[in-house]
Amino acid sequence: MFTSRAAIAALSMGAAAVAAPSQAETIEVTIDRLVYSPAEIEAKVGDEIEWINRDALVHTATVKGGADVILAARKSARLLLQEPGSFDYICRYHPNMKGHITVRP
Amino acid sequence: MTIRLTTAAAVAALLLGASGAFGNDKPTDPQIAHIAYTAGVIDIEAAKQAIATSKNRTVVEFAESMLRDHDSVNKQALDLVKKLNVTPEDNDTSKSLSQAAETKRQELAELKGAEFDRAYIEHEIAYHKQVNGALETLLIPSAQNAELKSLLETGLKLFQGHEQHAEHVAAELK
Repeated sequence: MFTSRAAIAALSMGAAAVAAPSQAETIEVTIDRLVYSPAEIEAKVGDEIEWINRDALVHTATVKGGADVILAARKSARLLLQEPGSFDYICRYHPNMKGHITVRP
Repeated sequence: MTIRLTTAAAVAALLLGASGAFGNDKPTDPQIAHIAYTAGVIDIEAAKQAIATSKNRTVVEFAESMLRDHDSVNKQALDLVKKLNVTPEDNDTSKSLSQAAETKRQELAELKGAEFDRAYIEHEIAYHKQVNGALETLLIPSAQNAELKSLLETGLKLFQGHEQHAEHVAAELK
């Protein structure tokens, strides 16, 4: 087991900076009545966040000086996490909606 | 400032007066639907006036948010009354709200630039406070239909956000 894991790791490294695509996950965040749920998420580089907007209102997921995802009413949208860090985000239209993403390398 | 305070007080008096006029008889669902819808239309009209008048990007974006949200909630309200087969019923509260809004619209029409921006945003704070107060103390507790109550509750949450958003913009204008 240990050996095969090490082998995969070695292969991944060999594929130059492709961040383990086979392990990438989609993390769902639901928006219902102006609340991101869960509000706090942990992810890793290569994962995607999918916001599912259940409200009949347009929202956004906006990192100050960074990503700005428009979430149409009753639609969903995705964001690929490309860099590690700790990000606060809000809805630009409803700034009291707050979320946080921690992205591990 | 005196004029603004007077207007806010007048709106408060109208809302309180109107709710007082119902006495122990709470407004009916058709009346509540009409009041909620009217309150939304008023803010949409105010937003259109701001978009046409203001040159301030923050103010225009705020107004666009009001337009988008209140339009969306009013569409939901219309869908709901259709589904419930209810006819919204005009009433004194709706009439008072519309009259106060018309007075405010004319008042704002006299203003330009930063003066308009401040007056519009301050009125948005006062207006959302009034409407939220009415939702909390009168409209939501009086609503009989569960779906109507739920829509009003979502509206309250949204409009509390609008109030905070307006306060945020007001702070930025200073």
